[in-house]
Amino acid sequence: MERVVEKVAVTGAEAVANAMRQIEPDVVAAYPITPQTPIVEYFARFVADGVVRTEMIPVESEHSAMSAVVGAAAAGARAMTATSANGLALMHEIVYIAASYRLPIVMPVVNRALSGPINIHCDHSDAMAERDSGWIQFFVETNQEAYDLTILAVRLAEHEDVRLPVMVNLDGFILSHGVEPVEFYPDELVKKFVGELKPLYPLLDTEHPVTWGPLDLYDYYFEHKRQQIEAMENAKKVFPEIAKEFEETFGRKYWFVEPYKLDDAEHVMVALGSTNSTIKYVVDELREEGHKVGALKIWMFRPFPKEEIQELLNGRKSVVVLDRSVSFGAEAPLYEAVKSSLYEVAARPMLGSYVYGLGGRDIKPEHIRKAFEDAINGNLIADEQRYLGLRE
Amino acid sequence: MPVNIKQLAQEFDKKEIGITQGHRLCPGCGAPITVKFVMMVARHLGYEPVVGLATGCLEVSTTIYPYTAWSVPYIHNAFENVAATMSGVETAYRSLKNKGKIPEDKKYAFIAFGGDGGTYDIGLQSLSGMVERGHKVLYVLYDNEGYMNTGNQRSGSTPPGSDTTTAPVGKKLPGKVQLKKNIVEIVAAHENVYAATASLSDPMDFFTKVEKALNFDGPSFLAVFSPCVRFWRVSEDKTVEISKLAVETKYWPLYEVERGVYRVTRKPRQFKPVEEFIKAQGRFRKLLSRPDANEIIAELQEYLDRRWERLLALEEATKDKPIR
Repeated sequence: MERVVEKVAVTGAEAVANAMRQIEPDVVAAYPITPQTPIVEYFARFVADGVVRTEMIPVESEHSAMSAVVGAAAAGARAMTATSANGLALMHEIVYIAASYRLPIVMPVVNRALSGPINIHCDHSDAMAERDSGWIQFFVETNQEAYDLTILAVRLAEHEDVRLPVMVNLDGFILSHGVEPVEFYPDELVKKFVGELKPLYPLLDTEHPVTWGPLDLYDYYFEHKRQQIEAMENAKKVFPEIAKEFEETFGRKYWFVEPYKLDDAEHVMVALGSTNSTIKYVVDELREEGHKVGALKIWMFRPFPKEEIQELLNGRKSVVVLDRSVSFGAEAPLYEAVKSSLYEVAARPMLGSYVYGLGGRDIKPEHIRKAFEDAINGNLIADEQRYLGLRE
Repeated sequence: MPVNIKQLAQEFDKKEIGITQGHRLCPGCGAPITVKFVMMVARHLGYEPVVGLATGCLEVSTTIYPYTAWSVPYIHNAFENVAATMSGVETAYRSLKNKGKIPEDKKYAFIAFGGDGGTYDIGLQSLSGMVERGHKVLYVLYDNEGYMNTGNQRSGSTPPGSDTTTAPVGKKLPGKVQLKKNIVEIVAAHENVYAATASLSDPMDFFTKVEKALNFDGPSFLAVFSPCVRFWRVSEDKTVEISKLAVETKYWPLYEVERGVYRVTRKPRQFKPVEEFIKAQGRFRKLLSRPDANEIIAELQEYLDRRWERLLALEEATKDKPIR
């Protein structure tokens, strides 16, 4: 098949909805929540116009969205939903259940601050609350990545050695409502890439009845959790293969992380999501001024790509981690993960923790520049959590 | 020809019902009888049951890993979402059938079982959503009037005066003061639904309602009076007897509502006072020792009389007037 791409300016929500149209899942159950709403609206339009043969369940809550998707996936269908913030929090109980049933569900999550106080704008507190739920978690920088990783996630989720649900996190409003050029691949190419779901133990196979979700007491629960841990480890092994196939098919390269001007960089900034674009801009500026700086974008947050991070950050002078969420009474989530990875490297860099952008607060080049300057000037104190763009 | 017991007994002498012996429910529990009645009728009519369960006694006692008492496809998700889960299963079926991914000739029966906690209370929203959206699922409530799985706590279905651990009959308070929530009315108010009550003491009526529910073109709901011998403090051979008393005292009237049309399916010529139902169970023993016992029982009797009159009036008023 020839790779003829269509380049269009779209919002992240439209990009994701378009990926869902091309994937054409059997069942989509969803509830509207800002800023995810346009995703389900676009998709509902595809269903209403007969563009897709997906059965849509307009559920009465996110809790039921995840519950229905679990039922549909267990029945043998390819099932998807999408959510944000408090919707994700309302799903929380069933998010864990979906992972423990090893159901290959793909869910775009449009990141938004968790209440309270209520706030509809972007931060990563919703996704971080689910980091130990057993889902694979991607974070994307651009609308192109939101589109690409939604497609790629289907293959990873459904891989026989993985069989785990995947969240594709995209920044609320910044990406979901921000317009960017996106290259859409031909429908047939996407359909061929995702292929057909091979359901395992489907409920609709009445000739081979199985019991899903039995009572699992102390004599087996631990072993089942161990299997989930192994599935996550497998996800790390399998991901590069699928990413390679994705690159061969669509021409775009994905990996656990994306290094930016890192080869000779002495000072490295690590972050998730759309802020990486601003970081790259500042890296370019500082490079022009002669500073050896670089950036490391984390695409895959769960399973956490520890070895890759260790390899890339070992021996740097300093590492600055930007977090768009906090952990009350402890270190910010990404900082904690990076710091713990660096404990094991031979030459540990200086570390800096910067929290920014809570509740949608703007992150500007000058903020990022300030954090880089702290690193360049040796003005970092490990374990001192600093803030960017906060009125003190 | 309606299904009868003899027919079913002969048929299932050699054929699996779908739930086998070896589960760990208490002797005398109403839940497994309810399940067997529903499953036998479904299989007798040629349906392939796919079953969903809410967390509760029935779930924890039939699927202790690595064992399962179910020989039909089964899913348990959580306490409050069996209706949403089965909405997903049923939708998956329609989607896969439309796409030609599964054979068209199979006649599935999607059946959800839930106790009163998962139905009247925490699961009410998900049940309402399922009925409103019109999923073709039969929801079967086994109503034992309390959270029995966690040890006899009050539910929205617990009657006044019943002694439970979270609304105990004490020196000051007479146990739960509120009446049972009227779940059948709540479900029937969704209008495009078949909703009915059933009792283990009236199997023929029960079977007919399961048949109607399964053949109904849309969601259906069956509320089954399901004694918990353990916390109702009755001996384990009294399940059917207590169920019979519930029907004969107007406590559990047998009726159905099909798209707004009411029909009382059993009209005893003579009713017994509700006091007989109360006195037959240990859970009301503490109530009976209170000085205001007669008052509380009289209030309950008055409510039951009025509800019965209202049911008959609704039957008359809605005759041949389906709402859709």
